[in-house]
Amino acid sequence: MVSFLFRRFGAMLLLLLVVSFITFTLFHFGPADPASAACGQECTPDRVEQARVALGLDKPFFVQYFAFLSGLVGPRMLGAPGAEQMCAWPCLGKSFQTNENVTDMIANALPYTLSLAIGAVLMWTIVGVGFGLLAAMRKGKLTDRFIVGASSIGVSLPIPVTGLVLLLVFVGTLGWFPFTTNQIVSPFGEAGFGAWVTNYFLAWVALAVLFSAQYVRITRNNMIETFSEDFMRTARAKGLSRRKIVFKHGVRAGITPIITMLGLDLGALLGGAVLTEQIFSVPGLGFTAVKAATSGDLPVTMAITMLAAFFIIFFNVLVDIAYAFIDPRVKVN
Amino acid sequence: MTATASKPSEQAKAKPVATGRSLLATAWMRIRKSPVAMVSLAIVVGMVLFAILAPVLVGIEGQDPNTTNTSPEVLDNFYTPGLPLPYYMYPSAEHWLGVEPGLGRDLFARLAYGAQVSLIIALLSTLVSVVLGTVLGAAAGYFGGKIDMVISRIMDLFLAFPHLLLVLSIAPILQSRLSGTALARGSFVPIASLVIVLGFFGWAYLARVVRGQVLSIREQEYIDAAKSFGTKNWSMIIKQVIPNVTGVVLVYATMMIPTNITAEAALSFLGVGVKDPTPSWGQMLNAAQAGNWYLQDPWFLAVPSIALILTVLAFNLLGDALRDALDPKSSR
Repeated sequence: MVSFLFRRFGAMLLLLLVVSFITFTLFHFGPADPASAACGQECTPDRVEQARVALGLDKPFFVQYFAFLSGLVGPRMLGAPGAEQMCAWPCLGKSFQTNENVTDMIANALPYTLSLAIGAVLMWTIVGVGFGLLAAMRKGKLTDRFIVGASSIGVSLPIPVTGLVLLLVFVGTLGWFPFTTNQIVSPFGEAGFGAWVTNYFLAWVALAVLFSAQYVRITRNNMIETFSEDFMRTARAKGLSRRKIVFKHGVRAGITPIITMLGLDLGALLGGAVLTEQIFSVPGLGFTAVKAATSGDLPVTMAITMLAAFFIIFFNVLVDIAYAFIDPRVKVN
Repeated sequence: MTATASKPSEQAKAKPVATGRSLLATAWMRIRKSPVAMVSLAIVVGMVLFAILAPVLVGIEGQDPNTTNTSPEVLDNFYTPGLPLPYYMYPSAEHWLGVEPGLGRDLFARLAYGAQVSLIIALLSTLVSVVLGTVLGAAAGYFGGKIDMVISRIMDLFLAFPHLLLVLSIAPILQSRLSGTALARGSFVPIASLVIVLGFFGWAYLARVVRGQVLSIREQEYIDAAKSFGTKNWSMIIKQVIPNVTGVVLVYATMMIPTNITAEAALSFLGVGVKDPTPSWGQMLNAAQAGNWYLQDPWFLAVPSIALILTVLAFNLLGDALRDALDPKSSR
């Protein structure tokens, strides 16, 4: 088990290194000239050159890449020679646009994304797995056909449409919810738990509609497959109650692929729900990434892309480990 | 199904039938039996015709997508809070779907030309992904060994990247790269950059599926037979292996199209895809959100949304039907 963990985490670090290199290369050879962007509107060639030196962009590619990597293992110096500033670990550089420390920007944005992700994941797991299970238990009946039909429509609803319609109906027309504010970050803040829920509720729904539909499908298909297995017949033959058959035998065996998907989706969501954050003006990682991408703010874009890749890969590993605990049939190795 | 049909022993018994035709025939038989699939197919064909015939239809209407109509009464009426919208915001004989608030451009014309842009981007990027995914997946599965390992690791890498984030940050870079070239004319740059970005980042999943299929195809007798005739590797992949994964590829391609339609809408909505004045469904959504127009004029949001949902839904349902018909693994 220990060697399995070491191998998985070793492979993860290696993959992250490759991801960082590719991201760095892609953005490094992008055409946006960061020096003139950082320098601003009125800029003489001289001052662009100064900015280039201050940002360290005059150095060769590999020197820049290793300087970037060194910020991930320890503190690093930033700025023009003679006017250097210390950038504490973990250092991801400074924004070309605002000169803010990227690590601070991420630390500010992350709680918003977290608030969004937690609620949305809870919502779609309950709705998606619940209805998927119900559909599987009523396979072929009217309930099943209705749920399957609704999920087909659900997976076809693009988030911009769902989000804007929710805002239009529940905020604009009915006025049941306020517009999202960036004042409420945590359920334990001054505003209280209720205000936190009201603030993020519509954004959760926008995400949950799409994901619930996917979870309904995968849960239904898995459960139908599991219900037809021999051990389920045995359980029925033993005369166990229907509830025990479904929940103790069926769900435990059929839940593994759903856990996988949940882990992967949560990992992807923690890197920022780009569209949802944009529509509901939640200043999380996705929101910050859009702003950075459209203004050529490379350090910010890079940092968020790498963080998102980290979450995806990390949750991949977590899921693998969770497998071994949930499903006794899985052997590590 | 197709794999057995092309086994030499059975082909000798049955009349020789082209694999592609029997595949489509199987699909068609299945689709014809399901009313949902038939309606979906009709919507898909209808949308494609709508896009192709955009110039004709807009010509009949007598409008065009770029003429602005900012006469004072349009804007003044619109900006008066509390008043109902002026009549030309709604469908009329003159403007079949009304006009945009603000610029007053004809909505039907923008929807039709937008369909062209959205569908072209979705179809071409799917084509790029399908070619890359099929060739790389088939090569990985067929050759095995080191080639398989390298391609599989690249697949893992592509699947580990945060897709939307990366596409989002690369699209503007690519656009400014392309706009310096000789090809940069009209709406070529945004369309080409979206096709490249979506196509290049969408192949990995299909490649993984194809690889899995090819691993079992490689062990079939007809491959051994072809080998004994001295068939070269690449000719084997193109003539023997790929025809036998066509079913699976067709299913995944059909499902990739709605994903790419949604992706185009998402990127243009975020302002990094197709930009005004070129219309696309995503650009229209972007326009509806900009300045919160949709809160005052829900119709403006409804027009692109309905087109988008209808098309994506139809492609998804068609993909489901095709999968039931062609994917040997799903026999429900």
